[in-house]
Amino acid sequence: MTSLDDYLAPMPSEAEMVQLLTPEGERVSHPDYTFAGTDNQILGLYRDMHLVRRLDREATALQRHGELGLWPPLLGQEAAQIGAGRALRTQDFVFPTYREHGVAWCRGVDPLKLLALYRGVDQGTWDPTTTRLAPYTIVIGAQTLHAVGYALGVLHDGAVGTGDSNRDTAVVAHLGDGATSQGDVNEAFVFAASFQTPVVFFCQNNHFAISEPTERQSRIPLYHRAEGFGFPGVRVDGNDVLAVHAVMSAALQRAREGGGPTFVEAYTYRMGAHTTSDDATRYRLSEDVEHWKLKDPLARVEAYVRRRGLAGEEFFESLAAEADALGVKMREGCKALPDPDPAALFDRVFVEQTDELAAQQAAFLQRAGAAR
Amino acid sequence: MTTLTSITLAKALNAGLRKAMEDDPKVVLLGEDIGALGGVFRVTDGLLKDFGEGRVIDTPLAESGIVGTAIGLAMRGYRPVVEIQFDGFVYPAYDQIVCQLAKLHYRSGGRWSLPVVIRIPFGGGIGAVEHHSESPEAQFAHTPGLNVVACSNPVDGYWMIQQAIASDDPVIFLEPKRQYHAAKADISLDESPQSLWASRVVREGSEATLVAYGPTVATCVAAAEEAERQGRSVGVIDLRTLSPLDLDPVLAAARATGHVVVVHEAHVNLGMGSEVAARVMQECFHSLEAPVLRVGGYDTPYPPSRVEESWLPDVDRVLEAIDRSWSW
Repeated sequence: MTSLDDYLAPMPSEAEMVQLLTPEGERVSHPDYTFAGTDNQILGLYRDMHLVRRLDREATALQRHGELGLWPPLLGQEAAQIGAGRALRTQDFVFPTYREHGVAWCRGVDPLKLLALYRGVDQGTWDPTTTRLAPYTIVIGAQTLHAVGYALGVLHDGAVGTGDSNRDTAVVAHLGDGATSQGDVNEAFVFAASFQTPVVFFCQNNHFAISEPTERQSRIPLYHRAEGFGFPGVRVDGNDVLAVHAVMSAALQRAREGGGPTFVEAYTYRMGAHTTSDDATRYRLSEDVEHWKLKDPLARVEAYVRRRGLAGEEFFESLAAEADALGVKMREGCKALPDPDPAALFDRVFVEQTDELAAQQAAFLQRAGAAR
Repeated sequence: MTTLTSITLAKALNAGLRKAMEDDPKVVLLGEDIGALGGVFRVTDGLLKDFGEGRVIDTPLAESGIVGTAIGLAMRGYRPVVEIQFDGFVYPAYDQIVCQLAKLHYRSGGRWSLPVVIRIPFGGGIGAVEHHSESPEAQFAHTPGLNVVACSNPVDGYWMIQQAIASDDPVIFLEPKRQYHAAKADISLDESPQSLWASRVVREGSEATLVAYGPTVATCVAAAEEAERQGRSVGVIDLRTLSPLDLDPVLAAARATGHVVVVHEAHVNLGMGSEVAARVMQECFHSLEAPVLRVGGYDTPYPPSRVEESWLPDVDRVLEAIDRSWSW
């Protein structure tokens, strides 16, 4: 019988996770997972991570300059998001949280669309039907159920297990460690397992739900929870882009083939604050931050690339120039984002606008006209 | 002319759901016990047998899960119809309804429509235990992005459920559970009698106007008949659509009679009656002979069922309100 002491023992952590590239930049093998990509693809992943880190840094700076109301930084989570985002196929569908800037990048969302949300000029209006990325969701965990419902639709459409790689579809629900405490997330697990939907729950365990540590959310490693719901869980080094890509590719393929849900816990660390509104030094130790700096997701790929001579200096210089251009685009583009037309606020409450709302809109327009 | 003869509200809803499912293969039903059991009120009786478990989906027991999953299905192009087993069980799904379902069209800049219908058996009078007799309509009518309708009779049940499913916007669809197996009616299948978004004059009357919806329509008709026996002509209007509100027939009647009483089971405080009263006051102030009065559930939790008849608006309370309006 399990004693109380067993439950209170420290949680196993890094020993159990899938890793394919060490913090020192050494490729290592794993019995179950292999990164199948080429060296060129590794350079591509590095480029993505580099540009997304810049995107994030620029957005954080824009918030500090008062151009954004808020920004949830992804610093430290680049490998998790790019590894997951680049494992997708075009037809796969993604339900993000509010921090999935790297995934949005992979889905071709204009970074200015991300800024628009946090600047307060729209609510995340990239086209979900073409990007196949749902709008960001602020309420914790609510989107995991949408993902399961969408995946149920995929299943009913017969778009799994056909063997047609352009048709078979997987759905990803992004969530954080804190979200695993939410009722909706647990209901999503139950529904996903009951209906064997083609969904992958991708949990970025960045160690904190704002200030609450993961230990306050769970007495066992998060990925162990999946077993209780009846589907596999796997922990991957979330700072290892090759491992995340490999594990997500496998989970997505399993979903597309009709194998049902998988829970992937990307074990990572949020190097920044939860959002620009909080002060992370109040709730965590600087030595932890220093410890995680040594596991930086970009540095290890760079070490690997340089050691193996996969790219010369011109690659890094050209990438730096590309990042600078992205920075300029974001700084200039952000300030040029137009405020929405207030009169249009009445337009998209319903597909079929009600007479009441039309009357309010007419009165608003009349008032606005009189004020001019 | 094709008719369904002598049919109850529950059977009419069943026929309406069946028709909607036949007309559009994207219509799917989700809920607890809606399959083999046919729902606790048997509204989905027989549909599993005829449409299969891909279209009539028995779900795990989790209301937020049911609604959240329906939202995802709608995003994939389906038209889900959710059954919430009882009114008091809708609250675990409240976030998914008011923060997600109601707002996703707006949040997506109009790129996504959410044609989800949430059927809720509502109201009391069936001798049930707590959480089985609630009237949550104002909670949803207060939320932009949701349409809220209530049927009161078999003819409306048959047509309104199909119209709600055909709507590209989310609809909270309220079904008066004590009417499920009550009055029967004949339904002509050839043409819908009216739009989903229109209220209906049930009974003309020249001296006072009762405004009701769902279960209290029958109460108000009974009260009007009694008033007539006592020599007073009282009209009844069934709102049918609570959000958006179709008040045109109410305003016309208010101008004609000068006396308006709104009757619902929900708590009076900030209930639908408050909105109707305010709007009638605003539009018809000079025609009114008395303030708009409200009759409804007291502002207490729904009581133990042995005393629910004392709590629910009944014919006597409605008649008393008419008298009060006339003695102003």
